[in-house]
Amino acid sequence: MELINKIGDRIFAIGLAFYRFLQRQMTKLWWKVLVVIFIFYTLIAGFLLGVPHKAILNETIRNLYFHVPMWMGMLSVFVMSVFYSVKYLRNGKPKDDLAAVECVNTGLFFYAMGLLTGMLWAKYTWGEFWSGDPKQNSAAIAFLLYCAYIVLRNSIDEEQKSAKIAAIYNLFAFPIMIVLIFVLPRMTDSLHPGSGGNPAFGKYDLDGRMRAVFYPAMLGWSFLAVWIATIRYRIRLIEYKKNEIN
Amino acid sequence: MLVLSFATAFAQQAQPVEMADALRSSGKIYVVVGTIVIIFTGLAIYLFTIDRRLKKIEKDQQA
Repeated sequence: MELINKIGDRIFAIGLAFYRFLQRQMTKLWWKVLVVIFIFYTLIAGFLLGVPHKAILNETIRNLYFHVPMWMGMLSVFVMSVFYSVKYLRNGKPKDDLAAVECVNTGLFFYAMGLLTGMLWAKYTWGEFWSGDPKQNSAAIAFLLYCAYIVLRNSIDEEQKSAKIAAIYNLFAFPIMIVLIFVLPRMTDSLHPGSGGNPAFGKYDLDGRMRAVFYPAMLGWSFLAVWIATIRYRIRLIEYKKNEIN
Repeated sequence: MLVLSFATAFAQQAQPVEMADALRSSGKIYVVVGTIVIIFTGLAIYLFTIDRRLKKIEKDQQA
């Protein structure tokens, strides 16, 4: 029992140290430079490096480097927003609530980009911008779910109340979004790869050349999302402080 | 010779006309280009909205 407690404490300490490390790096420049380098690299290598030859998909297989990272970017800021929502519910500091909101705002932008690029891709491979594919439909539903978060938060005038309700709503919206986008479409027949119980990217990822571009793209775009979210958060914080004084 | 060249010109005309298929040509590479254009246009618009928001703060601070 004591051993388990000790291990638990150790894990908690490591987690806390890691969190403090992230907090310190958040305002640093180096990872933003890395983001630019990664995305720059994927823009060039994404077009020039070889890809597997597939019928119908043809060269659009390269969209894997640009369409899928949008969803990764969305996911990383939504995870952050859940983290800050939990933090807000624990200590009630307004700045955590602002961070959660701005993360959702940024996530919604990447969400829209993911939907739009997906629609263009779908038009030239599946034949229609919107073919009622299970993943498309559930992504649209989850999009509305997060739009409702923004509406809900803005519709309550009292600051603390709106922050608290929005934070709780966020805690429910996130798992529903995950289930809608990443779980349910995989259980039915979908045009998206990874349906019917297959691993999502296994079919394409087997190719090492694609991996060499795909992973940097995922990293680059998700940290770009974090970068935008931090900028929006910093602006929001100034706005908030100014309103407090007035 | 002249007749021959005319013949080839007419032969080219007789081929099926491809319409609105630009995005399907060259192995559909322009779909990827379109994707990047969408992303960058979106990013640009998004940047402008953030910029406007910041500008408002800057203006208020000067006043």
